[in-house]
Amino acid sequence: MDKVKVIEIKKSVFADNDEDAARLRSELKRRGVYLLNLMSSPGSGKTTTLIQTLKRLEGRLRVSVMEADIDSDVDAIKIQEATGVPSIQLHTGGMCHLDAEMTRQGLDNVALSDSDLVILENVGNLVCPAEFDTGAVRNAMILSVPEGHDKPLKYPLMFSVCDLVLVNKTDVMPYFDFDMDKCREYVHMRNPKAVIIPICAKTGEGIDAFADWLVQEVKNWKQQ
Amino acid sequence: MHELGIVFYIIRDVKEAAQANGVGHVDAVVMDIGEVSTIIPDYLQDCWRWAADKEDMLRGCELKINTINAVTRCGDCGAEYGTVEHGKTCPVCQSANTWLIRGNEVEIKEIQVNDNN
Ligand SMILES: Nc1nc2c(ncn2[C@@H]2O[C@H](COP(=O)(O)OP(=O)(O)OP(=O)(O)O)[C@@H](O)[C@H]2O)c(=O)[nH]1
Ligand SMILES: [Mg+2]
Ligand SMILES: [Zn+2]
Repeated sequence: MDKVKVIEIKKSVFADNDEDAARLRSELKRRGVYLLNLMSSPGSGKTTTLIQTLKRLEGRLRVSVMEADIDSDVDAIKIQEATGVPSIQLHTGGMCHLDAEMTRQGLDNVALSDSDLVILENVGNLVCPAEFDTGAVRNAMILSVPEGHDKPLKYPLMFSVCDLVLVNKTDVMPYFDFDMDKCREYVHMRNPKAVIIPICAKTGEGIDAFADWLVQEVKNWKQQ
Repeated sequence: MHELGIVFYIIRDVKEAAQANGVGHVDAVVMDIGEVSTIIPDYLQDCWRWAADKEDMLRGCELKINTINAVTRCGDCGAEYGTVEHGKTCPVCQSANTWLIRGNEVEIKEIQVNDNN
């Protein structure tokens, strides 16, 4: 009979990624670069919001964008054409999220010495990206009105890892039964400290508040 | 798709552990997977088979999954209850001041190798 030998490992699958991410964060800190990880479901308005926001950050912060996508590069081209902000496309090769190693590889193609802020548009997905620390200083997410105010109940991890929640597409509020007060309540159940900013990427409403938040965050990060 | 990323992490960790222990081939990997970890065991198995068979060290290696029941604790009345049945609200005192105490694991527990060499 074959004898089975057991080798105990007892290790979280995420342990190595968490270490990679912490290392990346401290490197960015040293170089004075702030990395924001922006997440949402597909189509919530990440790219549209970025275009609006980048226009308002001109002259205030030097920004670069990394667009993660499973296989296309439409978003990076769109950003670059609409705003002139340098954007690179990261392909995840079929993967539904980015981890710290992939983020680092992407950052190798970004002019970090000319950037105060790098915004990473993560793959459109409310589940997987929340599991993986990318090395970002903060996580932000966009919840759009048509998705409903109950999303923090259904995707608890995503909302508990986000420091900022942008509630987008407020222009369509009249057509949906989206309840902003409930939304705030549910988001704060997951993360009592989360900042919530209602925005409309279509009209630009609320985008100034987001831009101000970013300027303040970057300032704090560089001074800390 | 989430599961495929996880499988690559498992493969990396298992290969490391096998090499550290001078093991040539791994017969089984035992995982502890929490009920609310968002991992779907069937998908994980499918991804595992596809990816593990590409590695000499892991060809035919079985993935065994222990499911860890999710338990939440109430900070107000101290009750511990099943997360899947009751969610974030304590069924005893209705408090929302509760936190998960287990059920989020995605852990490699051990590897099993043939020891007759
Ligand atoms: N009505 C309305 N539509 C919006 C708003 N913001 C974005 N949209 C529309 O929503 C659609 C998706 O927007 P995108 O910015 O491409 O969304 P995304 O999150 O980048 O999408 P993926 O990268 O595919 O995940 C587009 O048709 C936008 O025009 C808004 O504030 N109001
Ligand atoms: Mg996009
Ligand atoms: Zn209670």
